[in-house]
Amino acid sequence: MAYGKKVLDHYENPRNVGSFENSDEIGTGMVGAPACGDVMKLQIKVGNDGVIEDAVFKTYGCGSAIASSSLLTEWVKGKTLDEAQAIKNTQIAEELALPPVKIHCSVLAEDAINAAIADYRQKNN
Amino acid sequence: MAVYLDNNATTALDEKVLEAMLPYMGQVTGNPSSVHRFGRLQKDAIEQARESVAQLAGARAEQVIFTSGGTESNNLLLKGFSQHAVARTSTEQETSARIAISAIEHMSMLEPAQNLPIEVDLVPVDTNGCATLHAVEQVVTEQTSLMSVMSANNETGVIQNLSPLIAFAHERDCFFHTDASQAAGKIPLSFVESGVHAMTLSAHKLYGPAGIGALVIDKRLPISKLQFGGAQEKNLRAGTENVPAIVGFGKAAELALADLQENSLHVRALRDTLEKGLKRFNTVTIFAEKAERLPNTVQFGVDGFDGETLLMQLDKKAIAVSSGSACASGKAEPSHVLTAMQVPATLANSAVRVSLGKNNTMSDVEALLIALNDIIEINRHSAVMMAANV
Amino acid sequence: MDERVVAEMLKYMGPESSFGNPASRSHSFGWEAEAAVEMARKQVADLVGANPKEIIFTSGATESDNLAIKGVAHFNQKRGKHIVTCKTEHKAVLDSCRQLEREGYEVTYLDPMQNGLIDLEVLKDALRDDTTLVSIMHVNNEIGVIQDIEAIGKICRERKIIFHVDAAQSAGKVAINLEQLPVDLMSFSAHKIYGPKGIGALYVQRKPRVRLEAQMHGGGHERGMRSGTLATHQIVGMGEAFRIAKEEMVAENERLLKLRNKLYDGVKDMEEVYVNGDIDHRIAGNINISFNYVEGESLLMALNDLAISSGSACTSASLEPSYVLRALGRNDELAHSSIRFTMGRYTTEEEIDLTIEHVRQAVEKLRELSPLWDMYKEGIDIASIEWAAH
Repeated sequence: MAYGKKVLDHYENPRNVGSFENSDEIGTGMVGAPACGDVMKLQIKVGNDGVIEDAVFKTYGCGSAIASSSLLTEWVKGKTLDEAQAIKNTQIAEELALPPVKIHCSVLAEDAINAAIADYRQKNN
Repeated sequence: MAVYLDNNATTALDEKVLEAMLPYMGQVTGNPSSVHRFGRLQKDAIEQARESVAQLAGARAEQVIFTSGGTESNNLLLKGFSQHAVARTSTEQETSARIAISAIEHMSMLEPAQNLPIEVDLVPVDTNGCATLHAVEQVVTEQTSLMSVMSANNETGVIQNLSPLIAFAHERDCFFHTDASQAAGKIPLSFVESGVHAMTLSAHKLYGPAGIGALVIDKRLPISKLQFGGAQEKNLRAGTENVPAIVGFGKAAELALADLQENSLHVRALRDTLEKGLKRFNTVTIFAEKAERLPNTVQFGVDGFDGETLLMQLDKKAIAVSSGSACASGKAEPSHVLTAMQVPATLANSAVRVSLGKNNTMSDVEALLIALNDIIEINRHSAVMMAANV
Repeated sequence: MDERVVAEMLKYMGPESSFGNPASRSHSFGWEAEAAVEMARKQVADLVGANPKEIIFTSGATESDNLAIKGVAHFNQKRGKHIVTCKTEHKAVLDSCRQLEREGYEVTYLDPMQNGLIDLEVLKDALRDDTTLVSIMHVNNEIGVIQDIEAIGKICRERKIIFHVDAAQSAGKVAINLEQLPVDLMSFSAHKIYGPKGIGALYVQRKPRVRLEAQMHGGGHERGMRSGTLATHQIVGMGEAFRIAKEEMVAENERLLKLRNKLYDGVKDMEEVYVNGDIDHRIAGNINISFNYVEGESLLMALNDLAISSGSACTSASLEPSYVLRALGRNDELAHSSIRFTMGRYTTEEEIDLTIEHVRQAVEKLRELSPLWDMYKEGIDIASIEWAAH
């Protein structure tokens, strides 16, 4: 399997690895399953203005899964929840030049951010 | 070294082909990063070879399935087609599909044809060794769903006139396959344009390596796979890809196409000289002389000779020829091809096939003619002596 | 490929070589090629204690497995249509069996024990009066465990059931003496022991004679069991590879065992590290390890870097499809966290040192990234979580 340059970069230097303590300003999304070989945990910290101040991730999965989640944490920072929700997996796949067999990694990342946003909204409604 | 005039049995690997194969045969050394990318390079090399083979056949790359050789290609076509036809038919209803193949096909068509779950009809040939439209019409029935006639015969070299047969098959929604193992590299092929649905190719007949061949197949022609254990070759042929051989086949196909005319003119000139020489022996009969033949092939009989003896005597004089096909059984029956052409058994038994190649020279032809002259003359003398003694 | 193998092959490649078709019966080109084939047949036979007449050349282990399994099943279908194999077999065996199921045969796929070995009692219980064939691999390609084929063979003999062994991964790595082993059919591959791709063999016992249906017809090569022009250079390469293996196996195994122990000793003190498959009944050059909570492919990426930095792909690590580990009863995380390390003729001690270093670093880094590792550290039972499968 040949990996693209950007995937390798995120794999070797993953951005925003970590976890947040649970609180009202945190939204957590955990998607995937060990049975499928990938689990993604993505967390966002949302300010009072509804803008994502910070984002972190942890991923158990292949290089493309790690890269997809790493890239997404970079993208969502500074975005409103609606803007973050509008990010599509195809954008991630395109940016990382994922091969067809790895498209599901970008789908998983999209699912993760949506789950984190939903978690935040549920807590704050 | 002896004079090799058996190029229809196998050809010597071209040095350029060998050169192309070598990087895929050795250990990977040198630039370390090549190790990492080697898997990728191999895939690219396979696809490049597929393109070259497709061009030689006049086909599209995606129509080329690599196999272990012409025999496997023919088996895959016949067994794969009939097994698919049987599987399609419900258990109560007997499959009605039939296959028609010419009587002069290679053993790798004729033998699997005897081991199929569906019926096979044989199309006879005329005395020139041609399967005519008339003969096909007599044999093909409503049920015939696949026809197969080789592009050129390996023994006589007779080139079959396929166009009317293919047109006839199309009229009846019948698939058409041609074994082009002997024709490839000797005459132009046009898979797509000709309208055939499948074509067999073999690398070692065109200065490529042994152990690799292809079945070129139109996706409309449904076949089942025969070898299981992986999804290689569009899921039609399982097994680790034989990369060096595939690369060699690709290079051989590329050269064959580029040099087709040059090689063809070269061997034709040699063959014409040879035939002129042969005609000086009044005991020699050239088979299918009037038919259009491959430019490199001549098969002839020598009246009053046993073929085996003749071949042995030629071998003693360091000339390598054969009676017809290189077949493993070593049986001494007359050739099925000549029999189908109604050549009398005694004459057929004296058959010698000379198949020239691009490495042959005029002096090779002269050596053969001198050797034949010696053998035939000595024989004539001893016959005269024997007659005198009586 | 071993350089010595390439050197032998080159003697049969190119215009100045012995390039003849071994089936050509009428000239020295053919006889020389035939002699080379027979020499190689003996070299292959010698490594495994067989008679050369029991060795049939094929295009590889995939074809050998297909020929053995479908060939025996078809030939014996009047006696019965039940076959026994194991869930951890190679795809060529499993897919051949699945094809037979489609044809109306019944196949029992045995579960191995947790260590990857077959429970002989389970095997005995699976045998029926209509069982005609048992197919069990000698050495597993992924976890390297060695099955007790002598014991399995004895059980089969008692029940007069034909026993096929896929030895693609064991020939040249484990001593095999077919003169004594109760084995009827055995598949071999050349490229697994530094020989060429595209060539393999099937051992078919002669006394008592094992009969099977050919899968490829046309010419009657290889005693009618496998038709098709023999690729002399590849066969010669296989012979040389087997000759070298016979000469060097004992010393090489000792060396590899040291390397493997060094590798395992270098990582076994890490937390949550598990060896897959029995550690004792295992070939010297293989170890398969699960690094829990680290996904295998991501770990492999780190080790591919190793291949680049050390300039060698010989210490190959590869991600394994999990069906073998699942069959061993490994849970999802462990099945997805496995890496196979194979050491071979060109693996050095320095490479093992580098591998240990890279593995330790990568595992540590990837666990930092792993939400599952966090959960494990927090004492959360991953099995208790309801995962949304996707």
